[in-house]
Amino acid sequence: MTAAEDPFIPLPYCVGRVRRETGDTASLELLPLAGPRPSFKAGQFNMLTAFGVGEVAISMSGDPAETEGFVHTVRNVGAVSGALARLETGAALGLRGPFGTAWPTEEAIGADVLIVAGGLGLAPLRPAIYEVLARRERYGRVVLLYGTRSPRDILYRAEMGRWRRRLDVDIEITVDHADPAWHGNVGVVPRLIPRMSFDPQNTFAMVCGPEVMMRFTASALHEAGVSFERIWISMERNMKCAIGLCGHCQFGPDFICKDGPVMRYDRIASLLAVREI
Amino acid sequence: MEGLERIVLAHPFFAGFEAELGQVVSGCARNLRFETGQYLFRAGDEANEIFLIRQGVVSIEIAAPGQKPTVFATEREGEIVGAAWMVPPYRWRFDARATSLTRAIGIDARCLREKCEADDHLGYEMMKRFLPVVARRLDETRLQMLDVYGKQSA
Repeated sequence: MTAAEDPFIPLPYCVGRVRRETGDTASLELLPLAGPRPSFKAGQFNMLTAFGVGEVAISMSGDPAETEGFVHTVRNVGAVSGALARLETGAALGLRGPFGTAWPTEEAIGADVLIVAGGLGLAPLRPAIYEVLARRERYGRVVLLYGTRSPRDILYRAEMGRWRRRLDVDIEITVDHADPAWHGNVGVVPRLIPRMSFDPQNTFAMVCGPEVMMRFTASALHEAGVSFERIWISMERNMKCAIGLCGHCQFGPDFICKDGPVMRYDRIASLLAVREI
Repeated sequence: MEGLERIVLAHPFFAGFEAELGQVVSGCARNLRFETGQYLFRAGDEANEIFLIRQGVVSIEIAAPGQKPTVFATEREGEIVGAAWMVPPYRWRFDARATSLTRAIGIDARCLREKCEADDHLGYEMMKRFLPVVARRLDETRLQMLDVYGKQSA
C-alpha cells in the first residue's frame, strides 16, 4: 500500500517559503516532493510531522484556490509546533491529510457573513475569508472581527491592511491591552459585535479562537439575535489518527478529527462547559 | 422637550427611559467637548461626572511612574464612561483620555446622586441601567485577565 492510499503514512513535503508573522508564529508554504497537492476545503487540517519530534494537527491557512502548496500558520507553543515553527526554507517534513469538516461558505451564499477570530484562530478562518472575498458578490454584508493580545500580536498585518481598504468588507480589530500609540479598539472581541451592522436573522457566523473566547462570542452573537444553528466554531483537541479511529479527540458523541473541527454551535454548546469531557 | 433633554434621552444608555425621569436627569447635564489627547479625568480625582459619549473615542488607561500608560479599554459613541460616581469614596481609579475629538454629555454626579436619594424610582431606574454595564465590564475584565491568547492558554 502506498502512502497516498494509507492515511497513516505521512507524505514527504518540503518548506517552500517561510513568513515570520510574529515573534513566535510563522506561516509555512509546504510543497509536495512527489505528486500533486491534494485539494482542500476551508477549515480542514493536516497532520504535520516534524521528523524525530512528533506529529501535530494544524489547520490550513492558505487559499483553497491556490494549487501549488499548503500554507500552515504555526505558533511555537510546544515541542512539535516549536520544531515546525523553526523550520527554514528547504526543510523536509511529513504531511497527512486533508482531514475534517469545512466552514459553511457554500451554505452562507446569499446571507451576511460574520467572521470572528481570536488570536491564532484567524489562521483557520483565513481560507474561508479568501473564499468569501473571491465570490464577494454572492454574499450580503461581510464583517471580520479580530481580537488578539496586543498590537504586536496581530497576524497577517499586511493582508489585514489590504482587506481594510476594501469598501465591501467591515473589519474591526481589538486588542486586550495596548500602549497609547495604538489608535484602534481595546477590549475583548465579543464587545465589537453590537457595534456592527448585519442582519442577525440572515447571518452565518464563523468563529475560531480559544474556547473561552468562542463561548463568550457565541453568547454575544445570540444576544444580537443570531441563532445557535447559524453559528459555527472550530474545535481543537489532541488529535492522533485524524480519521476517527483512536478516540483521542472524542468529544461527547463526536470525534473532533472526523466530525469537526468545524462544528455547528448548537450541536456542541451543552458540552463546552462539561469539565469531564 | 428641551434640546439637552432630547440629546440625553436619545443616547442608547437611556433607551426607553421615562420622559419625566429624563427631564430630572437632564437638569444635571451639560454638553462637553474634548480635543484629541485631552483627559476627561485622571486617576485619584473626584468622580464628579458621568460621561455619555456622543461622538469620538475615549481610552481608559492606567499608568505607573516612569512607564508608558497601558490602555485596557476603549469606549465610543453610544457608550458611557465612568462608574466610580456610584461608589464611595467617589474617586476615579483610572485615567480617561480622548483619542479623537469627543463630544459627550456630562451628568453632574453629585446632583444625580442627590436626585436618586430623593426619588427611589429614579435611583432604581439608574441602577438598572448601570448594573448591566458594570456586569459586562466585569465579564470582559475576567476574559482579559484569563489571557486567552497567551502561551499558557494555547
